Amino acid sequence: MGQLIFETVLNGVQFGVFLFLISAGLTLVFGIMNMVNLAHGSLFMMGAYIGSYVFQQTGSFALAVVIAIPFSLLLGILLEFLALRTLYARDHLDQVLATFGFILFFNQLVLRVFGATSQEFRLPDAINFPMPLFGFTYPSYRLIVIVVGLAVGAGLYLVIAKTRMGMLIRAGASNRAMVGALGVNIRMLFTLIFGIGAALAGLAGVMIGPIESVESGMGENKLILAFVVIVIGGIGSIRGAFIASIIVGLVEVIGRVFMKDILRTFLPEEFAQTAGPALASMSIYILMAAVLYFRPQGLFPARTG
Amino acid sequence: MLKYGLAAMAAAAALAAATGAPAQELRIGFINSDSGPGALIGKHLRNGWTLGLEHQGWKQDGDKLGGVPTRIVYGDDQSAKVDIGLKEADKMIKQDKVHIVAGIIWSNVIMAVSKPVFESKVMLLSTNAGPSPLAGEMCNPLFVSSSFMNDGNAEATGEMATKDKIQTVVAMAPNYQAGKDNVAGFQRTFKGGKVVETILFKVNESDYQADLAKVRALKPQAVFIFAPGAMGVAFMKQWATSGLSKDVKLYSIYTIDGVTLPGIGEAAIGATEAGHWNPNLDNPKNKAFIKDYVAKFGHMPSYFAVQSYDAPALIAKGVQATGGKLDDMAAVAKAIRKGGMDSPRGQIKYNVNGMLIQPYWRLNVIKGADGKPEIRGAEQIMMRPDSFWEKCPANMRI
Repeated sequence: MGQLIFETVLNGVQFGVFLFLISAGLTLVFGIMNMVNLAHGSLFMMGAYIGSYVFQQTGSFALAVVIAIPFSLLLGILLEFLALRTLYARDHLDQVLATFGFILFFNQLVLRVFGATSQEFRLPDAINFPMPLFGFTYPSYRLIVIVVGLAVGAGLYLVIAKTRMGMLIRAGASNRAMVGALGVNIRMLFTLIFGIGAALAGLAGVMIGPIESVESGMGENKLILAFVVIVIGGIGSIRGAFIASIIVGLVEVIGRVFMKDILRTFLPEEFAQTAGPALASMSIYILMAAVLYFRPQGLFPARTG
Repeated sequence: MLKYGLAAMAAAAALAAATGAPAQELRIGFINSDSGPGALIGKHLRNGWTLGLEHQGWKQDGDKLGGVPTRIVYGDDQSAKVDIGLKEADKMIKQDKVHIVAGIIWSNVIMAVSKPVFESKVMLLSTNAGPSPLAGEMCNPLFVSSSFMNDGNAEATGEMATKDKIQTVVAMAPNYQAGKDNVAGFQRTFKGGKVVETILFKVNESDYQADLAKVRALKPQAVFIFAPGAMGVAFMKQWATSGLSKDVKLYSIYTIDGVTLPGIGEAAIGATEAGHWNPNLDNPKNKAFIKDYVAKFGHMPSYFAVQSYDAPALIAKGVQATGGKLDDMAAVAKAIRKGGMDSPRGQIKYNVNGMLIQPYWRLNVIKGADGKPEIRGAEQIMMRPDSFWEKCPANMRI
């Protein structure tokens, strides 16, 4: 039992770190540019596809990562430059409609280019093996995901807290109009932020692609989770996104493993069997509803501090 | 405006009557999933259907199927979207005036579509979905399946696990009707051991690490999993690195097939599936099917393709047997069921509910000659009527 609890907490943290990789970019774009970007999940997918394509051509996972990240950055910048920048002044509904259009576009694009088959994308055995860890085995690659996620978190923290660009980002999150009025090239800044957000989504895609199925539409479920995270964490706040990711990851994984057993202690078996999985899959949304009720601005809102 | 519209319609109708659209034209509506997460399966379904039509000498609208000029219209349910599938079926029935609605991957879609189809006296030919109500209390003389009854593979796996003398099993499935049905199907035939826990995960789940931790703690002898499409790809990759495969035997259904195998890759090697199509079945029809399919589409067919491949031959047979009379589709359906189906799966009989009584096989995933994983058929596990046909009302049986 103790081992299961430990493994579950580790899994929760790992899932949380993965969520952070996706939601960090989304919260930057939403919080600072006030732009609802549903195509964020598509950028995740594109990262995975480019990674799998490079892998199929070269057989190298390292090369896949190295190419997928700048590719996603460029794709994000291109997307912002060609289409999304015309949407900043529009209301959220227009942004939702337009970026939803991009979801359909990208899903069809990969279907046309790569076909409907799940793409071959594997990890080298050297980094992906069942690793002995405190008496049980754990997939070594998941530890790498944790390390990469933490490194990204630390990097973003340093950039935002310690650099001039980070200062502008923080200022932009607080008051965009004023930053523009002070002579900062806010357009440039936005394009750059969007590119960074896309690169983070692409990184998440290329990291996660090899352990799940790389196929059209793979980003949508992730997008929903990422929105849950940034709503709980406070829109625009990297710190909030990080803490909320870990909370959501833990709630999700712990719910999945233990919810049924908890219900069994005071409910009949048939009921626990039905209600357990249902309640477990609802748990993060219940958490989000509760946060919205008690702290509508999220746990660590960017605007107020 | 309305007046002109009516006038135009009347004129069009008169014109159609005058020029005389061919008195006998067979119209078929094929509902598939061309978009959404099921597009992968849809492609295999479509490929099999296309090849089946070609083998019957049908290439384009107007060509004959079973001696009758035939036109085919297509609809996309966008992967299990009931409302959209229903809309497509409605359009096919009312506007295209089809005689047959064929295809349909998803059980929820076929359940919704079956009502208007049967009410309009249109024949329903499922090339995939086979939910228990259609086999049981809601069976209909207008229904024909070229695929399987949903519980078949799960029941076969239960028998297989019994045969393998497995004592403890953790059953895993997505939390929706078909998932629960498959777990129930497994339990129905799994004797001598016990399902110690059932794990129902979210539909379209992509991360199974949490569930695998639970499996590790429960220490079963085997895991039974139903994880179709992308879920299966993700599960198999994660299963391979969980370290569980050393001690726990894996039985999967609808998880490793021609659709998902390229994505899963080597992680699939060593797994065992139950299936109703054995790719290594030694009969000329099977060999010709695989050869022509690979030549045309460049990849190995799956059971989805086989099921759809069989459909045009069934239609041709039914239409021919009834002399091209298309005003009584129940008679066509009856003619199709009579004498059974001549398939790459072998010569297979129909049950009174329109479901096939077909053999199920043990399928092993092995390392093929080219180093890539390959599904290799082994022994036959079971062949018997589905578990629901007795609920089919006597007046609905054929």
